[in-house]
Amino acid sequence: MEMIVNPPQALSRAKDVDLMQTPKIVARNVNVHYGDKHALKDVSVDIGEKSVTAFIGPSGCGKSTFLRCINRMNDTIPSAKVTGEILIDKDDIYDPSLDVVQLRARVGMVFQKPNPFPKSIFENVAYGPRIHGLAGSKTELEEIVHRSLKRAGLWEEVKDRLGDSGTGLSGGQQQRLCIARAIAVSPEIILMDEPCSALDPIATARIEELIDELRENFTIIIVTHSMQQAARVSQRTAFFHLGVLVEEGTTETIFTNPTERRTQDYITGRFG
Amino acid sequence: MTKAIIGSPETRLRDAVKRRIAARYRAEFRFRLYGMIAIALTALFLLIVLVDILLKGLPAFTVHQFRFDVPVVLADIDPAKAKDPEVLRGADYQALVRDALRSHFPEVKDRVGRRRLDGLISSGASDTLRHQVVADPSLVGKTLSIAALVSADAELYFKGTGTAIDRKPGASTISVSGQEGPVTLSTSGSDFSEWAKAYRQRYAKLGEKLDAEVPSLLVALNGGLVKVNEISAGNISGEVLLPLKSAGDAQAGAWQLVTYLTPESNRRVKDREVAWLEALRAKGIVERSFNWRFFTSGDSREAELAGIRGALVGSALTLLVTLLICLPLGVAAAIYLEEFAPKNRATELIEVNINNLAAVPSIVFGLLGLAVFLNFFGLPRSAPLVGGLVLALLVLPTIIIASRAALKAVPPSIKEAALGVGASHQQAVFHHVLPLAMPGILTGTIIGMAHALGETAPLLMIGMVAFIVAPATSVTDAATVLPVQIYLWSDLPEIGFQAKTAAAIIVLLIFLFVMNGAAIYLRKKFERRW
Repeated sequence: MEMIVNPPQALSRAKDVDLMQTPKIVARNVNVHYGDKHALKDVSVDIGEKSVTAFIGPSGCGKSTFLRCINRMNDTIPSAKVTGEILIDKDDIYDPSLDVVQLRARVGMVFQKPNPFPKSIFENVAYGPRIHGLAGSKTELEEIVHRSLKRAGLWEEVKDRLGDSGTGLSGGQQQRLCIARAIAVSPEIILMDEPCSALDPIATARIEELIDELRENFTIIIVTHSMQQAARVSQRTAFFHLGVLVEEGTTETIFTNPTERRTQDYITGRFG
Repeated sequence: MTKAIIGSPETRLRDAVKRRIAARYRAEFRFRLYGMIAIALTALFLLIVLVDILLKGLPAFTVHQFRFDVPVVLADIDPAKAKDPEVLRGADYQALVRDALRSHFPEVKDRVGRRRLDGLISSGASDTLRHQVVADPSLVGKTLSIAALVSADAELYFKGTGTAIDRKPGASTISVSGQEGPVTLSTSGSDFSEWAKAYRQRYAKLGEKLDAEVPSLLVALNGGLVKVNEISAGNISGEVLLPLKSAGDAQAGAWQLVTYLTPESNRRVKDREVAWLEALRAKGIVERSFNWRFFTSGDSREAELAGIRGALVGSALTLLVTLLICLPLGVAAAIYLEEFAPKNRATELIEVNINNLAAVPSIVFGLLGLAVFLNFFGLPRSAPLVGGLVLALLVLPTIIIASRAALKAVPPSIKEAALGVGASHQQAVFHHVLPLAMPGILTGTIIGMAHALGETAPLLMIGMVAFIVAPATSVTDAATVLPVQIYLWSDLPEIGFQAKTAAAIIVLLIFLFVMNGAAIYLRKKFERRW
């Protein structure tokens, strides 16, 4: 077997294998249709708590679709139809009685392209806590903003210009601002949809470091096109192909000893 | 050798390519040329229109007035009665102004002459005097310096549409038989025969008697003016228009041959009036000033008194009603259709029909307004309320389409970001999408309002085409709007209204330019790149 990726960090995390004892997210037979297109077929997977799970696969394989099922962002697409079952802490998130706004407060999301609101840096982070009423006073809100920016590793760079527009930051800073905005509402899960695809390598490294730190407190799912990135930051990896979850396991296993031929071909760069 | 090179296949290919490139450059040059010609033609036509309107309209922004010292001695009011404002208001101030004018021409005693003299001042000339005196009754008995508006004909004369005047000093001694009435003139030289010779070439019918079909000849001598009626061999007879200070001789150079070049029958201001107006001008009584009255008075049958205030107030009230209805309705409809409406056949039908409505001729909306608002709901005719409602129908599609485009232009990532932190759909729209779309919505609204400001046809249908003197004070008063006022004035036969029409067009254009400028400014100022 030809190995082009050698993930030393993943190897060092073999101890994390037992995190699947109490899965945070349980998906069973999830199917997604966009109109006539069957985008996701019978996906069943468990995702461990306070760990990083990477979704890899070629473009159009359904990994982003599945990610968007977890905070029900697919609801905003009128033609999308989701069937199956997704449980977060044993609660069915597609239960009609569940409030989707509550769900999205528990499941934060960071998008592919940095998308700060065209408002001040402070307002960007404060918006979530404000609409959820998380802060009782102005000082409390400032405290939340301060803490979130600090955890996103952005505080030192922006502390003197919180009133400046968020869109005036560099791409990497904008993405960290978006992460700060996501963690400001204290979610349990953070979904990241190719968060580094629009960033340069240095900004990417900062984000990856940050993901590694955030793992302490949050369950993170990251969709990525970069296998190196998956290897660097994740403990478990799921490989999607043509709407099917081909294989899921520890990152180490997936990268060194995949059971499926397709996984091996993709990882070694034979297609995709 | 040369032949071999030319004939080689590669060379031929290269030549063919060169020719094609040359042809391509020529085609591109031609296309650019056509473009430039099109732009130049458009600019030329635009320039012609603007220059024409400006030339016609700008004179209407100035006005001529006679500066008189008027003693406020009201015949029917003694100072004791002057306390009563009703009496003061009803007094005949026009007579005071008339008397002031007559005092400059005491020789005019005949009825026809007096009436012609009175015709030089506007029927509204005493308005300011009346206001002054009513406001301050203590002025009764004092002498006031007032500016009396000249009549429409006199106004046109001062603006140069009367006649050109040619003055030539007399070369010989002239003597005159009297100071007033019909007189005979005699001269030692050939001034008159030379004059007759010069004009006989141009006017074949110029005989011994000078009539209204040929240029008028006058003689200015001894401080007065004589109009020549007949030039025969030994006899030059005429009539005194302005009395002479003395009869007797005037030396060469001390008198003038004056010619009013436009024949009397071709102008509204006759020789006698020209003489009076020129005399007043020479005395320094004629003042030229900015025509504030054009903006402060309502419509009038007298051209010199007519103003656009009524139309401006009517337009403002109508647009206010339109805006109040259009902006909330249009924006709400756009937000619902763009963000919340289920995408099904019914919404599609509504969308298609909104686009169709934007293309419906405006007169149809006028008919609709007539049938629904006037006949069915019984709202008052000619009122800004109904005009505003009709224009709101007209502008709504424009605003909805512009607002939807503005909402659509906000990148979905902003909405997703808001949804991602747990905002509800409505919060995402109202907190993030709508504020970002607002500049676009406002731009569309302003352009829609500018469209409504210039709209005439539907307002004709609901009766806003009335002759309204007093500006409307509420949205249910009868009123007219600026474009309808232009339409009304353009229809009037009096020459004085031509300049008023053009001036009102200038005002309308300025408003449209300002509104469109505001739209462009908003767009530039709040433009965002993502």
